[in-house]
Amino acid sequence: MFLSKIIGSDASFRTKIVTLLGLLILFAVPLLANLFNEPFLVDIASRILIYALVAVSLDLILGYGGMVSFGHGAFLGLGAYVVGILTHHSYEGTAVAFLPGDWQGTTQAFVQWPLAMILSGLLALIIGALSLRTSGVYFIMITLAFAQMLYFFMISIPTYGGEDGLNIWERSEIPLLDLYDAKSFYFICLVLLLLCLWCCSRIVKSRFGMVLRGCRQNEVRMKALGYPVYRYKLMAFVLSGMIAGLAGALLANHTEFVGPGLMHWTRSGEIMIMVILGGMGSLIGPVLGSATLLMMEEVLAGLTEHWMIFLGPMLVLIVLFARKGLYGLLIGKGTDNG
Amino acid sequence: MLTIELFFEQSLNGLQQGVMLFLMAAGLTLVFGIMHLINLAHGSLYMIGAYVAASVTQASDSFTLGILAALVAAGLTGMLLEFSALRRLYNRDHLDQVLATFGMILFFNELVKILWGPQALFLSTPEFLSGTLEFIPGAPYPSYRLFIIGAGLVVALLLRHLIIHTRVGMLIRAGATHREMVGALGVNIDELYTIVFGLGAMLAGLAGALAGPMLAVEVGMGEKILILTFVVIIIGGIGSVRGALVGALLVGMVDTYGRAFLPTIMRELLDPASADTVAASMSSVAIYVLMAVVLIWKPRGLFQAYGS
Amino acid sequence: MADPILEVISLTKCFGAIAASDGLTFSVKRGTIHGLIGPNGAGKSTAIAQLSGELQSDTGRVRFDGQDVTRWAVDKRARSGLQRSYQITSLLPEFTAEDNVAMAIQSQQGHSFRFWENARKDNSLRTPSRKILERVGLSDFADNPAMDLAHGQQRQLELAMVLATAPSMLLLDEPMAGMGQSESLRMMELLRPLKGDVTMLLVEHDMDVVFALADMITVLVKGQVLLTGTPDEIKNHPEVRRAYLGDY
Repeated sequence: MFLSKIIGSDASFRTKIVTLLGLLILFAVPLLANLFNEPFLVDIASRILIYALVAVSLDLILGYGGMVSFGHGAFLGLGAYVVGILTHHSYEGTAVAFLPGDWQGTTQAFVQWPLAMILSGLLALIIGALSLRTSGVYFIMITLAFAQMLYFFMISIPTYGGEDGLNIWERSEIPLLDLYDAKSFYFICLVLLLLCLWCCSRIVKSRFGMVLRGCRQNEVRMKALGYPVYRYKLMAFVLSGMIAGLAGALLANHTEFVGPGLMHWTRSGEIMIMVILGGMGSLIGPVLGSATLLMMEEVLAGLTEHWMIFLGPMLVLIVLFARKGLYGLLIGKGTDNG
Repeated sequence: MLTIELFFEQSLNGLQQGVMLFLMAAGLTLVFGIMHLINLAHGSLYMIGAYVAASVTQASDSFTLGILAALVAAGLTGMLLEFSALRRLYNRDHLDQVLATFGMILFFNELVKILWGPQALFLSTPEFLSGTLEFIPGAPYPSYRLFIIGAGLVVALLLRHLIIHTRVGMLIRAGATHREMVGALGVNIDELYTIVFGLGAMLAGLAGALAGPMLAVEVGMGEKILILTFVVIIIGGIGSVRGALVGALLVGMVDTYGRAFLPTIMRELLDPASADTVAASMSSVAIYVLMAVVLIWKPRGLFQAYGS
Repeated sequence: MADPILEVISLTKCFGAIAASDGLTFSVKRGTIHGLIGPNGAGKSTAIAQLSGELQSDTGRVRFDGQDVTRWAVDKRARSGLQRSYQITSLLPEFTAEDNVAMAIQSQQGHSFRFWENARKDNSLRTPSRKILERVGLSDFADNPAMDLAHGQQRQLELAMVLATAPSMLLLDEPMAGMGQSESLRMMELLRPLKGDVTMLLVEHDMDVVFALADMITVLVKGQVLLTGTPDEIKNHPEVRRAYLGDY
C-alpha cells in the first residue's frame, strides 16, 4: 500500500497517526460546518459521537472480554429514559412514579446523567449476573431476550408514553453552558467521549483489563490459574452498561425524545455492527465504526428509501471477508489486543 | 370473571400459541443442534411464509394452495441461503453468525417492503374453518385455532418419527453426536445440512402461513416471534427438539394466562386504573421472568441436546 | 514430610452408563512425584479433571492439604495451590510469553480489581516473569505472542505459568506430549529439581519418563485403580504386565 510506504509499517506509529488525524477531524467539525455553511453537520457529528460512546462501551465487553452482548440497547434506552422521565416530571410538576415521596424530577445534568449511569449499571448488574452464568450462544440469546423484555416493559407503561415514547421539552441544564447550542452540545459529547476513551485505554491495560482480555482468549486457562472469572466479567459488564447509560442520557438530549425503539433489538444489532465494522478489540475502531455506519446511512438514505437492501448484504460480505474492520485496515494488523 | 369456560378457552389459546412457537423453535433448535449455527434470519423465513401464503390464497382463493406455496417458498429460500452463505459460517464463531444473519433480516425486511409495500396484509380465515366447535357447552371455540393445534401436534409426531425411525433422522442424531464420523462413513454431510436447513425453513414457513389469518401480515412480524422462539429454546435447552416442545408449551401457556388472568387478579388487589397498568407490565415480562427462573435453576435449559 | 497432601477417596464419574472413573482411591505424599499410568481410555484425563475441579464428581471425596475440596470450583482449588497443566497446550494465545507468565503471577497477588496502573509496566509482575522465563529457557522469546511459539516452547511456557503460581501441588497431564527427544529431556531436567518443593501427579505416556521420575505409581485400568506401588513393584507386578505392559 502506498500509505504504508510513507508512514512505514510500524503499527504503533500508524496508530498514533490515525489517532491524531481523528482528533484533528473531531475538533475541526464545527469549523468545517461554518465553512461550508452546513450547521446540520454538527448535529450529525454529535450523533456519531454519542453512538461512538455506546459502541466503545460494547467493545469493552465484546472486543476485550469476548462477551457477545446482543442487548446493549437496553442500557442505552434506560439511560435515555432516566433523562426523559426526570424531565417529564419536572416539566409537568408531578411526582416521579414508583418512588416514595414526591420528588418532581430535575433537569440538572449533574443529577440526571450520573443517575442514568447508576441505573443502567444496576440493570447491567442484574442482566449480567443472570446471563453470565452461561456462555456462547446462550449468552447471546439471553442478553437479547432481556433487552426485549425491557422494550415490552416500557411499551406497557402508559405513564411514560408507552409505544409513543416521551417528548423532552427541556434539555438537561449545565451551569454556564447552553445545551441548545449545537456547538456546545457537540463539545460536551466530544469531551465525554475522549474522557471515556482515556479511562478505557487505562482500564484495558490495567490488571483488571489484562484479566478481561485473558478471559476472551482462554477462559478455561484463566480459571485454572485461579481467577474467579465470573466476577471480573460481571464487573466489566456493569462498567459497560454504565457508559452506555451515559450515552443514552446524551442521546435523549440530542433527539429531545425517548421511546422504546431505543431498546429494540435492532438497535442493539446496529451498535454491534458499529463495533465490528470499525474493528473490535481496539478503542478507536468503534468510533470509526459509528462514524462510518451513520454516514453511510445518511448517504444511502439520500439515494433510496430502501437503503437497507444494500446494508444487509454488505454486512454479510463484511462478516465473510473483512473481519479485521476498518481500524485493522488502517493500522495494518488484526484486532490483536496489543 | 374467572369461569371454567374462560379457563378452558384460555388453555386452548395457550396451547395454540405454544404450537406455533414449537413450529418455529423446532427448526431453529435442529439447525443449532446439528450445524451449531445461530440463525437470526429464521424469523424472515416465517415472514416469507406468511406473505406468500397470503398472496397465493388471495389470488387462488384456496388456503390449501397458499400453505403449500408457503412451504415451498420458505423451504427454497432457506436452502438457497444455506447453500450461498450460511454454510460458510458453520465453523465461524457465533458472533459472525449473528451479524451475517442479522444482515439477512435487514435485506429480507426491505425486500418484502419493496415487493408487497409497507401496508400490512389481512387474510380471512378459510371458509371451512371459520366456524366454532363447542366442546364444553357454553364455550364455543374457533375451529381455525383447533386446526392449528392439530397441525402442530401432527408435525411434532412426524418429527419424532423422522428423528427416531428414519435414515435421515439417524444421520441427524449421529451428526449431532459425531460429525466427523458421519463424514467418514461416506455420507454427504453438505447435502444432509442443506436438507435439515430446508426442513427447518419449511416449518418456519408453515408457522407463518398458519399465522396469516390470525395476525396482521407485516414487515417485522418475523422478529417478534423470533425473540419468543429464543426464549423457548433457552428454556428447553438449545439443540433439543423435545425441549423445544416443552419450552414452547410453557411459554405459550404462561404468556396467554398472564394476559388473560393478570388483569382480573390485579383488580382484586389494586384500584382499577393502576391494576391494568401493573397487569399489562407484568404479563409483558412474564415469560422473561420464567426464562430467568429456569436459568437460575438450570443454566443450560431443561433438556440436553443429543450428544451433549 | 510423609503426610499425604492429596487424598482421593472412592471418586466416581459416569458419562451415561460408562464409568470413566470408578471408585478411585489413592493418596499422594507431600513432596513426591506420583505417576498415574494406564492404557488409553483408562480414565487418566478424567481423573485429572476431577481433581482440578473441572469435572464435578458423582460420588467420592477429594482432600487437598488438609481440606475437603470436593465441592470447590476450579479457581478456588487453583488459589489454594492445586494447579494443573493441560495435555493439549492451553495458553493465552494473543498475549506474549511474558504476559502469560505475568498473568500467572498476578493471580497470586490478591484480587485484580485494579483498573488504573499499566500492568505491563508493573515490576512486581514483570521481574519475576522474566526470571521464570529464563529458568525454562524462553528468555529470547519473551515478547513473542504465545501462538507464534514452537510446540515444545509452548509446553515450556505452560510449565512456566504453572510454576509462576508457586503451587504446592501440580497435576501434569502428559507434559511431554508431542515433544521431540531433546525437548522431553529438557522438560525432565525442569521437573526433577522441583521435587521436594512441589508435589506432582504425573500422567505420562512415556514409561521411561515415569519410571525415571516417579517415587510412587498408580495404575489405572478401565476407570479403576489396579494397584499403587513403587516403580520396581509396578514393573515386576504380573497383573500390570498382563493388563498394561503387555501392549507396551
